[in-house]
Amino acid sequence: MFTAMLGEAWHAMGANRLRTFLTMLGMVIGVGAVVLMMAVGQGAQYSVSQSINAMGSNLFIVLSGSQTAGGARTGGGNASTLNVKDADAITELDGVKGVAPLTMGNAQIVYGANNWSTSIIGTTPAYLEVRSWNLTDGYAFSDSDIRSATRVALIGKTVIQNIFGDVDPIGKTIRIKQNPFVVMGVLESKGQSLDGRDQDDTIIVPLTTAQRKLFGGQTPGSVRQVIVQADSDKMMPIVEDGLNSLLRQRHNMREGAESDFTVRNLTALANSAAETTRTMSMLLGAIASVSLLVGGIGIMNIMLVSVTERTREIGIRMAIGARERDILLQFLLEAIVISIVGCLIGLFIGVGGAVLVNVLTDAAVVISGQSVVLAFSVAATVGVFFGFYPARKAARLNPIEALRYQ
Amino acid sequence: MAKNVIFIKDLYKHYETAAGPFPVLKQVNLSIDSGDFVAIMGPSGSGKSTFMNILGCLDKPSNGEYTLDGHKVSQLDDAALAKVRNQTIGFVFQGFNLLARSSLLDNVALPLVYAGLDRAERHARAKILLEKVGLGKYLNSRPNQISGGQQQRVAIARALVNQPRLILADEPTGNLDSITSEEIMGLFEELNQDGITIVLVTHEPDIAEHARRQVRFLDGRIVEDSLSQNRKMIEETV
Ligand SMILES: Nc1ncnc2c1ncn2[C@@H]1O[C@H](COP(=O)(O)OP(=O)(O)OP(=O)(O)O)[C@@H](O)[C@H]1O
Ligand SMILES: [Mg+2]
Repeated sequence: MFTAMLGEAWHAMGANRLRTFLTMLGMVIGVGAVVLMMAVGQGAQYSVSQSINAMGSNLFIVLSGSQTAGGARTGGGNASTLNVKDADAITELDGVKGVAPLTMGNAQIVYGANNWSTSIIGTTPAYLEVRSWNLTDGYAFSDSDIRSATRVALIGKTVIQNIFGDVDPIGKTIRIKQNPFVVMGVLESKGQSLDGRDQDDTIIVPLTTAQRKLFGGQTPGSVRQVIVQADSDKMMPIVEDGLNSLLRQRHNMREGAESDFTVRNLTALANSAAETTRTMSMLLGAIASVSLLVGGIGIMNIMLVSVTERTREIGIRMAIGARERDILLQFLLEAIVISIVGCLIGLFIGVGGAVLVNVLTDAAVVISGQSVVLAFSVAATVGVFFGFYPARKAARLNPIEALRYQ
Repeated sequence: MAKNVIFIKDLYKHYETAAGPFPVLKQVNLSIDSGDFVAIMGPSGSGKSTFMNILGCLDKPSNGEYTLDGHKVSQLDDAALAKVRNQTIGFVFQGFNLLARSSLLDNVALPLVYAGLDRAERHARAKILLEKVGLGKYLNSRPNQISGGQQQRVAIARALVNQPRLILADEPTGNLDSITSEEIMGLFEELNQDGITIVLVTHEPDIAEHARRQVRFLDGRIVEDSLSQNRKMIEETV
């Protein structure tokens, strides 16, 4: 009985192909849009959470230089107001787990006939710990390298690709601003940062070496940034207060004077970025859902036309023994079959579109089972919901009036 | 089995129109025996189709009693009425009323869908009936690919497919030529010989001659019934 009904529904769909196709189109576009939007949205969320994980947890960044009253940062990180002693003092603060002073700049590097311009970070071994940055090969430099300012380098994946190609970089000598450096470690790939920089396009050298050999114009001992890691999420406010009062005191700042440094809570920033992408992806999904709704209304519209057009057929069926529920089932099944077939096609188009977006823009996309299930159940619900009214209308027809209908 | 397949007492039917109720059937009384072959005649508009629709449980009387096969039709709910239409009655319509989109086989098999038979069984039975009405070669044709007389046979095959005890045919030869009409009537006579009760509407006296009993409608009333005339004649001669 049920299979016979399903066959009838299939048959009816085949009877008016163009109309069936147009009805389905609403569904196809709706489901396709939902799947695509969710894939892009979840992809964005995924890359943000990857960046957050790669960044390390419970981090502050202290920049030298201040913020103007107008809010625009003037030379944040440029003025040399922080130094290594500040960093040492921060280590003593309550709730601080790790501290890494940083100086950085861009430089041309050369290996053999290849050269590449990249960012150089001078820092201490603590940097790798606070950023939970591992090495895939070789060794990290140690505190003794800092003390004696050795010329060693840890090198990122992008740099390797550009100057080494397939050559194993460990133990090779590269030149940074004419100074020879021995590559002693390869940095694990971190991908893009939250602001879209390639974190693998970098070289890490000992802080002292950078200060003396590479960026010598700066005040001796000065650093551009200090990265501070708190013990835990709970300690973040305490550490923030501690940083501010400690540095103001060390820099002899009078009450009310503007700080010559800036403390930024990286974790809070990251969380708000995650929050933003989550909101954005929900918004995308909501907009796409509207098109699903429109598709559903399209189905109802066509089903209503179909019921009117097939009134005589309904009368004939009733006259030879169809019950109300048989007619109801027939039209309901028709709506559901249209929805589900439309949904399947939409699914393919959505997934295909997502793959295309991934290939064309390199943006991450995530096709989760959850979004597929969601699209499918919405399609079935739409089919039942918008198919029910026309189906009931058909089932409630009086057989003799339906037969007389011209 | 009740002796009367159909028993109708004081039946009235009016249609609601803009100008108020419009009476179509007025105090109709009729009893049809099982195995009988009845022709209903009468001028256009005299209420024959209306009457047939009530007999076929497609329409409901405004007043009066209709007993079909011992059951009071007014007491049956919609599902039970559907079952009666499906299994007890085979209805042949004035205009064939076939499904244009379906093959002849599917058309004939349609009542069996609602009887809950599986596909193989449905098609086997429909095929036998199409062969019986001489259309074994057209199983997969569409109704618009065959002639009117052939369509009428398909409609008859469909009415027969669920082995009903009662066939109701509203002008089954209305738009057929006289030779085709004779063929169709031959078919009905055969069915009647198999014990199926037949009630058919016709305008043509020579068609009505095929039936055992003739009933004439005029203006919503039965004005002539060959059975009661027979009875009277018998009564008079005795
Ligand atoms: N749905 C309706 N609403 C109002 N009046 C109707 C309706 N159907 C039929 N009638 C009227 O009822 C009367 C009987 O109609 P019916 O169809 O029963 O006649 P008939 O005897 O079958 O005629 P014919 O021989 O032309 O088929 C006609 O006067 C017709 O106008
Ligand atoms: Mg009529």
